[in-house]
Formats: sequence, structure tokens, C-alpha cells
Amino acid sequence: MNNLQQHNDTMARVQQGLNQRYRNEKRFRRVGLSAIMSGLIFVSFLFITIFANGYTAFQQTYLKLDVVFDPALIAPLGMTDPDILSAANYGGLVKAAMREMFPSVTSRREKKTLYKLVSTGAVYQLREMVMLDPALIGTKKSVWLVADDDVDMLIKEHIDLNAVESDRRIKNNQLEWIRLLQKNGRVEKRFNSTFFTAGDSREPELSGIKGAVYGSFFTLLICLAIAFPVGVAAAVYLEEFASKNRWTDLIEVNINNLAAVPSIVFGLLGLAVFINFFGLPRSVPLVGGLVLALMTLPTIIIASRAALKSVPPSIREAALGVGASPMQTVTHHVLPLAMPGMLTGTIIGMAQALGETAPLLMIGMVAFIVDIPGGPFDPSAVLPVQVYLWADSPERAFVERTSAAIMVLLAFLISMNLLAVWLRKKFERRW
Amino acid sequence: MEEIVNQNGAVTEQLDAATDAEIDMRLVRENHRSETVGEMTVDDPRMICRNVDVYYGDKQAIFNVSLDIGKNQVIAMIGPSGCGKSTFLRCLNRMNDTIDICRVTGVIKMDNQDIYDSRLDVVSLRASVGMVFQKPNPFPKSIFDNVAYGPRIHGLSDSDTHLNEIIERSLHKAGLWDEVKDRLDQPGTGLSGGQQQRLCIARAIAVSPEVILMDEPCSALDPIATAKIEELIDELRENYTIAIVTHSMQQAARVSQRTAYFHLGKLIEVGETDQIFTAPRHKLTEDYITGRFG
Repeated sequence: MNNLQQHNDTMARVQQGLNQRYRNEKRFRRVGLSAIMSGLIFVSFLFITIFANGYTAFQQTYLKLDVVFDPALIAPLGMTDPDILSAANYGGLVKAAMREMFPSVTSRREKKTLYKLVSTGAVYQLREMVMLDPALIGTKKSVWLVADDDVDMLIKEHIDLNAVESDRRIKNNQLEWIRLLQKNGRVEKRFNSTFFTAGDSREPELSGIKGAVYGSFFTLLICLAIAFPVGVAAAVYLEEFASKNRWTDLIEVNINNLAAVPSIVFGLLGLAVFINFFGLPRSVPLVGGLVLALMTLPTIIIASRAALKSVPPSIREAALGVGASPMQTVTHHVLPLAMPGMLTGTIIGMAQALGETAPLLMIGMVAFIVDIPGGPFDPSAVLPVQVYLWADSPERAFVERTSAAIMVLLAFLISMNLLAVWLRKKFERRW
Repeated sequence: MEEIVNQNGAVTEQLDAATDAEIDMRLVRENHRSETVGEMTVDDPRMICRNVDVYYGDKQAIFNVSLDIGKNQVIAMIGPSGCGKSTFLRCLNRMNDTIDICRVTGVIKMDNQDIYDSRLDVVSLRASVGMVFQKPNPFPKSIFDNVAYGPRIHGLSDSDTHLNEIIERSLHKAGLWDEVKDRLDQPGTGLSGGQQQRLCIARAIAVSPEVILMDEPCSALDPIATAKIEELIDELRENYTIAIVTHSMQQAARVSQRTAYFHLGKLIEVGETDQIFTAPRHKLTEDYITGRFG
């Protein structure tokens, strides 16, 4: 009887506690879920803002002008040498076409504002056409020319027309002309191929990210070529060959510390060593790659050591047991099995290096460079620095280009990380 | 140490010329030698071990073990967990070299050469003393490549046909040929546990070793697979010298001709398997095989 009573008492207490336990578990789950949700909200906010700001950059406004390829302006003496053709006054053609379209514009000041509707890049567009086909000289042709960034912004409705005229980039008379052009179907938004084929420029409508993409590519190439072999070799030596003593412990602690060193410090180191001491040129991907390699090395070494550690010792014993030398054991068995993990770590390290800005500022990769680099020895910018430079520019049209460049950068980062995930899934092994 | 020196005062006087450390060492050995009961030598030894001590750092794991491994015989090493039988086995092909803090002293001879001699190449030693491990550990490669690995790194085959012959012969000897001959290109890790272990045996005998060391080869296998491996060990005895560490006394009784009983790093008793299991001379051996501890 006493026993039964005690049992019932116990059960009652258990029941009481049980509810509390379930409540705790539920609360814990809710907290975890809300943490993830808030993270997702922030990320989607980031993506939405960038996309909303940036997608318009993939379009560019063009104006259709009836250009007379006046021989008097291009090839006055009937000479069609490339030298003469390339030096000809194509700006005059554009101006003449504009004047013809708006004959009412007569004053010098008004003409000047009229010419501003077309980008300075229109000149190069015409020159290229003539150089390709000299037969155009003497003919009249409708040509779509790049509009100025202010016109572009107006068409994309980024300009507040309610503002006072003096505060606006587009004046009232310009607005009138543009409306007229629009009415005649002479204004069109087209895919902005310039953004992907041009280097940096002071004119937003002529600027592109090709230079920065190439710069990033060469920088990462150098970084990978140095950091991967050195990192893997260091990891293999430390994990497979070095005896475990105070020195290797010290090295391990230092490698872990290096991974946490602020990246700008690596930039200073690169400036002092590679540029000041070794005399390498500034602003080049070679130095950028070297600096980023220093920065990525700890990441690669740590990931590679973890990958080597995950190879079961029984494989090493098996190889040693049939008489393989330690070197053969590593190259024939351990390294191939650890390689997927090492590659994953390397790709993550590379993605980190791709997004790195601060150390590159220190070695002069923040310069304004128009030319597209042809190799790791040409001065160039990299994607994150390009973002930084454009974000710093006052023109409204650079705002959308900044976001567009971020989108390109994110696309590269995401695809690199997906590659890492795919590699891990494909070569994942279980023992 | 003081006590030992006192006990052996006479010996100390004889060894005046030797250094103190050497004297201590010899005295310790004299003191220990008495502990092993039974015949540790055989008429036709393949490997000779004398006064083997093994240290892990400061801790001594094996105390003064002297033992002969007889030619074309199976010697079983039994004893409770942590008695040092695996450690001793791994001394025989210097697998202990892979452990930084492990130190081996004493003499282990094969073909009249000390295998711990610095002039001896450990790679060639392991080619003549093969090893099979507790957990089947085929390489994550094809069955063919698993067996071919040893011959390849040692350059044993002159041609592809020769290599194929070696592999077929090895798999035959390991009793695995009929089961895998149609799927040599499939991964060795896809076989069952017992098959994997026989694959490891085939891998070991592909380099034609003289001695095969087996470290609890059946502890991860079911009784049927175990029976197959035991049968195989009995067949292999014809051509190879085998040293096997096992936890199963029945297994030791079934497969071995000689049995060595280890206890706390010391070799307690060694002798013919029949004698050990029917008439153990040492109290500890008797307690162990009658199941009083272990």
C-alpha cells in the first residue's frame, strides 16, 4: 500500500517536471528557429536591396541620331589611311547631327547643353564604325549612340523632376529635347554590354567591370599558385612527418593565430616586403596575389590538416605494412583521400581572398585604371576594390553600377562555394 | 635498484669495467629472465628476439621478452588486454617506428641480422614481414589494385601478365579468387568483412613475405568468416611463418603450434600449444586459460 502511494507520488512529480521539460524544449526550438529566421531576413534584405539597386545597371539608354558621315570632317582630302581616320573629328559629326535635329537651338550656351545629351563615348563608337567600314564616308545613317549618364538616369526615373532646376542634373531645356526624342522613338533602353566589356571610366555610361574581373582573376591565380602548394606541403609535413614536440606545437599555435590576424596587416607586410624591399611594381595582381596568398595560407593549412587527420590511420598502417615508404604512403594513399577536403578548404580560402579589399588598398590596387590588364604584371583593380571605388563616386549612375558589381562579385562567390559543396558531396567518403 | 645490486653483489664485481648504467641494465635483465617459464627457443627459428624492452615515453610496455618465432609454424600470442602482445608483434616488422615516443631496445634478429640495425632498410623488412591488422583495412581502390599495390611499389612484376599471375596466385592462396574473379575492378571496400580481411591477407602475401604477422585478424568478423580465416591460416603455414595475436583462446588452440602467454608486458610462459592449454606450468597462465581472469 505504502509502495503504491510512493509510486503515485513519484509519477505525479514526474508529470509535473515533464511539462516543464517540454516547455523548455519548445522554447529552445523557438529561439533557434527565430535566430535562423532573423539571419535569413537580413540576408534576403541584403540581396533584395542590392538587386533592386543594381538590376537597372544592366540596361543603358541609347539615342538614335541621323549621322551624316561628312567626308569634309573625316577625310578632308579623300584619304582613308587608318591614321587619318582614327584622328578625325567624329565629335563634329555628333554635334552636326544634334544641330540638324534641333534647328531651333542656336545660342552657343544652349548648343553646349544639347551636345551633353550624348555621351563622350559616342565619338569612339562612330570612329570604330568608320574604321571597320570606310565606305560609310559620305553616307547618312541612323545610329544608336550611348546617351549621357544623366539622360540615362532620367529615363530610369532616378531624377527628381520636382526639384528646383538649378539642383537638377537635367535642365528644363534638356528635358524638353529628351521628351521630343522620346516622342519620335529615338530613345531606347538596351542591354548594357559595355558593363561587361569595358574597364573603369570617369563616365558611368562607359565604365565596366571587365578590368576588375580580369584583375581579380590574375590575383586569384597567383594566390592559388602560391598558397595551395605551400599550404598543402606545410600541412602534409606537419601532419605526417614532423615529430610532435614543443616546436611543432608552437608552429601550430602560430598558424592558428595568423588566421586571425587582420587582413590589413598582411597588406602592410606586402607593402614593406614585396614593394619596398623586393621592388615589385605597385597596383599589380602579382603583388596582390602574393599578399592574399599570405592571408589564405593559414586557412588552407588548417583545412588541409583537418582533411589529413580525417584519413583513418588504418590506411597508413595498411600501406606501411606492405612496405611502402612514408613518402609513398602519403602520395599514394593519404593525399588522394584528403584531397577533396583540401580542395574545399582552398576554395573557401580563395572565396575569402576574392572578397578581400583592405590589404589590396595598402599595395596600391585602389588606383583608377582604365586599361584591361593583360597579365599579372599590368596594373589593375579587383572586384571588391572596384565596388569601393564606385561607391565613392558622386555620380548617381555609379550607385546602380556599384550594386551591379556587387551582384557580379556575389555570383562568383556563390558559385565558388557551390563548387566546394559539390566537391565535398561528390568525393565524400565514409569508413 | 639498490636492492637488486645488493642481491647480485657477486655479479657487480665481475662487471667492474662496465658503466653503472650498463650494470643496472644487465642486472634488471638477470632479474627478469627467470620469469619466463617454458621453452622460448626452437630448433629452427625464423626470427630470434632477445631481451626486448619497449617504452612509450617513460612508460615501459614490454619487459625483457626473449622469444623465437619458429619457421613454418604458427605462434599464438595470448593474454589479457593491455598485456603488450600487440606491441610485441608490431616490433617484429618495426610498425612501432610510426609512433614517435616508442623506443625499442634489445635484439630482434632475422636471417642473422638485427632488424633494428640502422643499416637495415625498414621497407625491405616489411616486404619480408607482412602484416594483417585487426580491422580489415583495404585501400579504397579496386580489388585488383589492392593486391597489386605491394608488387607495384617493390617492382616485383616484369609485365602486366606477370602482375596478373601474382594477383591470381595471391587471391587463390587467400581463398578469395573464386568469389572475386569476376569483379576485380570493383572497390575492395565493397566486400563483406570476412572477404575484406582475406583481401588484406592476399595483399600481404602478394609481396611474398616469409613471415606474416596477424594482429587479432578475426576480432571484427562473424564466426563463419572466422572459421574461413582460421582454415586459411592453417594452409598458409606450409609456406609462411605466422605470428598471430588473439583474444580467443579457442582460436589459439585451433590454429597454433606454439603459444606465448603475456601478462603486464612480461612473457610469462611459452611452449607447445597442447602443453600450454592442458598443463600450464605458471600459475598466471593457468588462471588465464581457465578463465579466472582476463
